[in-house]
Amino acid sequence: MPSQKKNDIAIRMEDVGIEIDGELDSGSEGKNRKAKASPRAGGRNGKPATTEDEEEEEDQDEAPRKRARKKKASAQDSEEEEEEDDRSVKRKGTKAAGRKKKAVKEEEEEEEEQGKKKKGGKGDAKGKGGKEKGNGKDKKKKNGNSSSSGESGDEDSLSEGEMTSLKEEVEEKKKLIATLRNKPWRMKRRLKLLKECQAFVEEFEGALGKGKGRKLYAYKVMMAKKMIKFNRDFDNFKTACIPWERKIKEVESHFGSSVASYFIFLRWMYGLNLVLFAFMFGLVVLPEVMMGLPYGSIPRKTVPRAEQDRAMDISVLLDFGGYCKYSILFYGFYNDERTIGVLQFRLPLSYLLVGLGIFGYSLMVVIRTMARNSDEGGDGGDDGQFTFAFKMFTSWDYLIGNPETADNKYASITTSFKESIVDEQENQKDENIHLRRFLRVLANFLILCSLGGSGFLIYFVVKRSQEFANLDQDELSWFEKNEVEFVMSLLGLVCPPLFETIAELEEYHPRIALKWQLGRIFALFLGNLYTFLFALFDEVNAKLEKEKSIRNATIWGLNEYYSNYSSYHNTTDIPPPDIHPADVIRGPCWETAVGIEFVKLTVSDIQVTYMTILIGDFLRAMIVRFLNYCWCWDLEAGFPSYGEFDISGNVLGLIFNQGMIWMGAFYAPGLVGLNVLRLLTSMYYQCWAVMSCNVPHERVFKASKSNNFYMGLLLLVLFLSLLPVVYTIMTLPPSFDCGPFSGREQMYNVVMETIENDLPAFIGNIFTYATNPGLILPAVLLMVLAIYYLNATSKNYQNANLELKKKMQMARDEEKNRRNNKENTNQVMQDLEDLLPNRSLLPPAAEEEKPPPEIVLEKGSKSPKVAKRPGAAANGKGVNIQKDVSLAAPNPKAAVTHPPGPRGPSGNARGPPPGPARGRGRGTPPSRR
Amino acid sequence: GFNSTFCTSDILQVQLSFPPPRLFDRYRDLAPQLVPLDYTDQPDVRLPYELIGSMPELKDNPFRQRIAEVFSEDGEGNMTLDDFLDMFSVLSEMAPRDLKAYYAFKIYDFNNDDFLCKSDLEKTLNKLTRNELTEDEVRMVCEKVIDEADLDNDGRLSLEDFQHMIVRAPDFLSTFHIRI
Repeated sequence: MPSQKKNDIAIRMEDVGIEIDGELDSGSEGKNRKAKASPRAGGRNGKPATTEDEEEEEDQDEAPRKRARKKKASAQDSEEEEEEDDRSVKRKGTKAAGRKKKAVKEEEEEEEEQGKKKKGGKGDAKGKGGKEKGNGKDKKKKNGNSSSSGESGDEDSLSEGEMTSLKEEVEEKKKLIATLRNKPWRMKRRLKLLKECQAFVEEFEGALGKGKGRKLYAYKVMMAKKMIKFNRDFDNFKTACIPWERKIKEVESHFGSSVASYFIFLRWMYGLNLVLFAFMFGLVVLPEVMMGLPYGSIPRKTVPRAEQDRAMDISVLLDFGGYCKYSILFYGFYNDERTIGVLQFRLPLSYLLVGLGIFGYSLMVVIRTMARNSDEGGDGGDDGQFTFAFKMFTSWDYLIGNPETADNKYASITTSFKESIVDEQENQKDENIHLRRFLRVLANFLILCSLGGSGFLIYFVVKRSQEFANLDQDELSWFEKNEVEFVMSLLGLVCPPLFETIAELEEYHPRIALKWQLGRIFALFLGNLYTFLFALFDEVNAKLEKEKSIRNATIWGLNEYYSNYSSYHNTTDIPPPDIHPADVIRGPCWETAVGIEFVKLTVSDIQVTYMTILIGDFLRAMIVRFLNYCWCWDLEAGFPSYGEFDISGNVLGLIFNQGMIWMGAFYAPGLVGLNVLRLLTSMYYQCWAVMSCNVPHERVFKASKSNNFYMGLLLLVLFLSLLPVVYTIMTLPPSFDCGPFSGREQMYNVVMETIENDLPAFIGNIFTYATNPGLILPAVLLMVLAIYYLNATSKNYQNANLELKKKMQMARDEEKNRRNNKENTNQVMQDLEDLLPNRSLLPPAAEEEKPPPEIVLEKGSKSPKVAKRPGAAANGKGVNIQKDVSLAAPNPKAAVTHPPGPRGPSGNARGPPPGPARGRGRGTPPSRR
Repeated sequence: GFNSTFCTSDILQVQLSFPPPRLFDRYRDLAPQLVPLDYTDQPDVRLPYELIGSMPELKDNPFRQRIAEVFSEDGEGNMTLDDFLDMFSVLSEMAPRDLKAYYAFKIYDFNNDDFLCKSDLEKTLNKLTRNELTEDEVRMVCEKVIDEADLDNDGRLSLEDFQHMIVRAPDFLSTFHIRI
C-alpha cells in the first residue's frame, strides 16, 4: 500500500517535472521504507557528499563525526516513536502505538513532496537555497533511516572528540528550537523537527551533564516574551494617552487628512494654552487669590458706589462690567504691593514676567514645532516611489477585529486613495496657460477689491463707534453699541465664501488653493485686527488724558487733606483719609478697559462660531435631511445639500483667536482660562458637528505633512500681537490707581526695582553693562551673522538633498530601463553571436547554456524542462523565494488551471531576473518584446 | 533504549510548546462537535471556511476568504489543524518578513497564476474600498501600482517585484500580522 502510493507520487512528480532532488529523495525514501534494515541505497551516493556536509561544521575530523551522526541517527529513531507519544500527550490523547509511525511518515513525505511539486511547478525560484535545503532535508531523512539500520549499540562509549561534536550539535539543535518559529516550513515539518530537536537536546544534554541550563533558558525565553508584550502594552498605553487621538483618527478616516489637520492643530493649540494657563494661573492668579487682599478691601477691588446698583445685572455682567470688571479676571484688580503673603511673593514682578514669558514660551514652542515639522518636510504629496503600491498592499491592518474599526479603516483607505488620486490627477493635468494666468490675475484683482472694501468698512465703523462713545450710553441702541463687533463678524461670515467662489476661477490644486484661501482671509482678518487695535489705541489715549486729570485732582485732593489735617490736628502723624473704598474717586484704568475689550471680542467670537456651526451646519443638515421627504427637488443632492467642513475659516478663526488671547492675556489674566475652556468645548463640539452634519469635500486632498503653513501664520500673528503689548509695556504709563504697576512711571520699572533692591550689586552692574548699546550692537551683529551662516548652510544641504533625490530618481529610472532594454540588447547580442563565426564574443553565455554537470549526471535525461529549470533558478537574486516556495500550500487550482506545459515559456516571458545571471537558460528570446 | 530519559522532555515541551495550546483550543472551539480532543491517530478533520471565516480575528478582514484559501491545503478555505496553525504562525509577529511577503503575495493573487495582474489589483482595491471608487479611479490606481512596482515592465507584478516593493514598505510588518 505505501509503495503503491509512493509510485503514484513519483509518477505525478514526473508529470509535473519535479526537480531532481525531490525525485531522488522520494525514490530512496521509498526503498528504505520497504527494506528497513538495508543501508542507504546507491542512489543516495550519487549525491555529492560535500553538499550534504555543507550544513554541518566542516572542520570536524571525519571519524568522530560519523559516530556522532550515528548516535544522532539512532536517537532519532527512537525519537520518532517518541514524537508520537508527545503528540498524543499534548493533544490529551492516549498513548499511541508505534504502528502509526509509518502512516505519519508517509503523510509527511507526501507533504514534502507536494511542497516540492509546488516548487517544481512554479518554474522559477528554484535555486541554490532550495537545493541546499533539500539536501538538508535529505540528510535528516538519511539519518533517520540509517538509524533504522540498527546501529544503536555504541551509545555508552563517549570519547572526548565525540563530546565536543555532540556539544556542538546540541547547541545547534538548541538554536534550531529557538529559531524554529521563524523557519518558513509547513507546520507538520516544524512540529516534527521540534520534537526531534527537543528529544535530542534532552537526551544529550543529560549525557553531557549540561541539563541545568535548560531552566534558565526557558526562563529567558519567557522573559523575552513578557518583554515583548510589555513593550506592546506600553506603546498602546502611550497612544491611549494622546488626547482625542481616536476622535481625530475617526474624523480623518471619513474626511481626509486635511480636515484632520485642523483638529490636530486645535489639539496642539489646546496644549499650548494649557501651559500658558498654568503659568498665568499658578504665578499670578493663584497668589493673588490666596495671599492678596480680599474683595472690598481697597478701592481697586471694590465696585464704585455709582455702579453698585447695577453691578449684578445680567446685562452688565455679560458686558463684563459690574462685579466682573472688579474681579480677578482683569488687570485692575491686582495690588501693587511689592511682596505679598508669608512667602514674600513679588506679585508685580511675577505679573510682568509672566506677561512677557507667555510670549517667550509661545515663540519658542511655535518655532520648535516648525523646525521639527520641517524635518518631515514636503508639502503633502509624498514623493515615495511606491505610493499607490504601499497603499494597496499594506494599508489594511490585519489586526483589526471589530466592525466599527473596520468601517473606519475602509473609509480611511478610500479617503487616502482619493487623496492620492487627486494629487495624481493634478500631475497629469495639462492646461491652457494663458487662460489660466488671466483668470488668476482676475481673481486676485477681485479679491484685492473686496479686501480693500472691507478694510474701509471697518475703518468707517470704528470711526462711528468713537463718535457714539462720546454720546450717552443709554441713548444708543443695541446695534449701535455693538456695531464694530457686528460688522467684523459679518465680514468674517461673508468674505471667506466670497473668496472661495472667486478662487474657483484659479483652478489650483486644492491644497494650494487652501493656502491661498488662508492667506487671503488672513489678510482680511489682519485688516480687521489692526483697525480694531487703532481704535483701541484711540480709546486708550482718551482714557489716559482723562486719567491724568483725575490723577492730578486726586493728588491735589490728598495734599489738601494732608495739609488740612496737619494744620487742624497739629500733628504729622496723619491717618489715611477715611473714605469707603467704593466712594474713592478713581481713574478710568485703561488696562482693564483694554482687557474687557479683548474678552468681549473673544466671547463674541465664540458665540458667532458656535452659532454658525449650529445654524449653518446642524440646522441645514436637519432641514436637508428631513425636509427632503416632502420637497419638490432632491435637497441632499441638489441645492442646499450638506455643508462641507470649512478648513480655512476654522484654522484662521483659531489663529486669530489665539492672537486675541496673546494680546489680551496681559490685561485680562482670566482670558487664558476662558480660552482653554473654549478650545476644550470646541474640540468636542466641532468633532460632533463634523461627524454628524458635514460631508467630505468633493475633492478630498492630502494635507501637507507638516502643518507649517498654519504654524507660519500663527507665528506671524504671534509677532503681530507681541508688538502692541510690548509697546504698551514699554511706553505707556500704567494707571495710577489700579493694577500691579500703579504708582510707577513705567511698567518695567518693577524689574529695575527688583534688581536694585533684592539682588546683589554686581548683578545690577552686569545688567547695566548688558544694556549698554556698545554691547548690544555687536551682539545683534553676531546674531545676524549667525543667521546668515546658518541660512547658507541649510540652503546647501537643501541643494544636496535635491541633488540626491534627483540621482535616486535617475538610478531608479535607469534600472527600470536597463531591465527593459536588457531583452533588446540581449537579442542584439544574440544576433551578433549568430553573425560571428567563432562565437568568442559571448563566452559566459555559451557556458551558461548547458546545465551544471552534476545535475546532468544525476537526472540523466528526464525532460528538457527539468534541464532548463535549475539554470533558470540559479540566478543569485537576493530574494529568498526558493525557501518559501517549499511550504506553499499546494494549490490544486493552480495545478489545474496552469498545467506544467505552458509554464516554461510563461516563466521566461516574465522577463530576465536581476543580477549577473541575466538571460541565462533562455533558449529563444521571448517574442513579446 | 532511551525511553527512561525522555520522560523529562515534557518539561521542555510545556515551556516551549510550539503551537501554543491556545491555538488548538481556538481551533477546537470553532466546532467542538467535529474536532476531537485526541489527535493521536491523525483524524482527517477539516473545518469549513464558514467556520474559519467567522473567527473574530478574521471576520472583519476583507481578505479573509483569500487567507483561508491560501493556507488551506485544498485551496477552498477548509482547514485542517495544521493549516490553521500555519496560518497563525505566518501571521504572527515572529514570522520573518520574506515569509510574510510570500503569503501576502499569495493572498493578493486572486486567480492563483503567481502574478498580480490588473484583475487581481482591481479585486484587491475593490475589497479595500468597498467599491467606493469609480471605475476610472480604480483603473488609474491599478495602472499606477503596476507602474510603480513592475520592475520588468511586463504589465503585472511577479513575486520578485512584490518582494522588492514590500521590503520598502514601512508598515508592512506591523499590519500584516494577527494577534491571537
